[in-house]
Formats: sequence, C-alpha cells, structure tokens
Amino acid sequence: MSHTQEHAHPSNRTYVLVAAILGVITAVEVGVFYVEALKPVLVPILLALSAAKFTLVVGFFMHLKFDSKLYRALFVGPFVVAVAVMLAMFLIYGVFGG
Amino acid sequence: MSQTDAAAMEMHSATGQPNRKILMWAFIGSECMLFGSLIIVYMVYRGKSLVGPYPEELLNIPFITVTTFVLLMSSLMMVLALSAVQRGDMKWGKIWLFMTALLGLVFLGGQVYEFSHFVHEGLTLKTNLFGGSFYLLTGTHGAHVAVGVIWLLSLVFLAQRGRLTQANAETVEIAGLYWHFVDVVWIVLFTLIYLLV
Repeated sequence: MSHTQEHAHPSNRTYVLVAAILGVITAVEVGVFYVEALKPVLVPILLALSAAKFTLVVGFFMHLKFDSKLYRALFVGPFVVAVAVMLAMFLIYGVFGG
Repeated sequence: MSQTDAAAMEMHSATGQPNRKILMWAFIGSECMLFGSLIIVYMVYRGKSLVGPYPEELLNIPFITVTTFVLLMSSLMMVLALSAVQRGDMKWGKIWLFMTALLGLVFLGGQVYEFSHFVHEGLTLKTNLFGGSFYLLTGTHGAHVAVGVIWLLSLVFLAQRGRLTQANAETVEIAGLYWHFVDVVWIVLFTLIYLLV
C-alpha cells in the first residue's frame, strides 16, 4: 500500500463525533463513580470505559486504524508487553484483590 | 522551510513509510514502557501510606474531570489542525494549532493549581508513598504536556513565518502523534488515579 493511499484519514465531522463520544464516556465514567450501587463492579466498568476512550483516540486521532500495519506493530508490541508486565505486577502485589 | 527541505525531510525508508513517522511510533512504544513502569509503582504503593494526607482526602474529582475534558478537546483541535494543514488551509491550521497549545496550557495550569493545593495540605514528595508516587507519575505526564505545548507553539511560530506549509504536513502529523499519546496516557491515569481511588 502506498503512503498516499494510507492517508485516507477520517473527515472533520468524524473527528468531532469521536470527540463528542469521548466527552460522553468521560461523563459516564464520573457518573458511575458516584453511584453507590455500582461500587462492587466499579473497577471493570471504569477499565472498560477507559479502554474504549483509549481505542478511539489511538484508532481515529492517531490514525492507527487507517495507517500502515507497521505503525500498529510498533505501538501494539510494546503496549502489550507493558500491559502484561503491569498485570503480572498487579497480581503479584494483589493490587485489585488484596 | 522550503519545499526542497520538506521533501528531504520526508525521506521514506525501505518500508515505504516516512522515517520520522516510524521513529515517532517507536518512541511512543518506548513511552508505553516508561509510563507502564510508573503506573506499576503508583498502583503497588496505593493504599500503603502509613501517614496522611491520603488520596481520598485530597483528590478533587469534579475539578480534574474538567481538566481531563480540556485535554480531550485539545486532541480534537490537534486533528483539526492537521486536517487544515493537509488541505493547505494554513490560516485554520495555525488557529487550531494555537488552540491545542492553549488547551494544553490550561491543563498544565490545572495541574500547577492541584500540586500547589496538595503541598498546602501537607502532601510533598517525601510525605508518604502516595505523595512520592503521585507526583512522580503525574509530574512526568505534566512534563510531557509541557514539551508538547512548546513543540506546538514552535509550529505556530514557523507557520506564522511562512516556514510551515502544506508540504510539511508530516511535521504537524508527527507532533500530533506525540500530543495524542500524551492525551491517551492521561485517559489511563484519570481512571487509575482519580476514579479507582
């Protein structure tokens, strides 16, 4: 795939839509934080919402969804290693369980 | 920057991709490891402070939600700046770049206010495990934001002098990658530090 072909980036309208979704997710995150009934499942809900925001920014604003697979590999490789090390350390130290 | 300079800078590697963009993505990959290690330190020390002040006594969720929203919107300004520069609309390219830097400064102002408030409440780097790990993690992120603001303002300056044109869109794209990554890191920190308190 040529460099120019990979630059078929989203339109400004899509960018504004993604930003609006990011704003709504942030509002939901804070709203969920204050709901007492959701305290037992707060961690998975907040992590899922955070992951959704992360994916939207990386995919649309950083164009990883549209660009060369090379960039995806350069980012996802170290990211997966970092997350794996984090999870291992969290398990060892009982961050979410103890 | 002349068209010739821009063409020279946009040299492509054997992969067919621009060298500078490959370098930026590799740098971002290494930054994942850096922030991952700082997050580990913060999370492992979480709840283990022997003396106060403790996070639940200090963290101001409504305030930090506003600054988080500001940083998210700065990412929107950044993509709009890139889009404008790519289509040769340098007037709006400059405006969006300046707005991105301005929102970055607002975020930094919020962080300075938060830090000074915490210090006033007795939380320093040496007070307890929370203080040390919190300032290290959010301070490192803040330093990245500060570098990003300087970078963006330098692009506005270059554009103002006519040295940043449509031919240099890749320069703006690379700055944008850095800026969005700083935003992405904050998305994670906002959840881990403030909401999972």
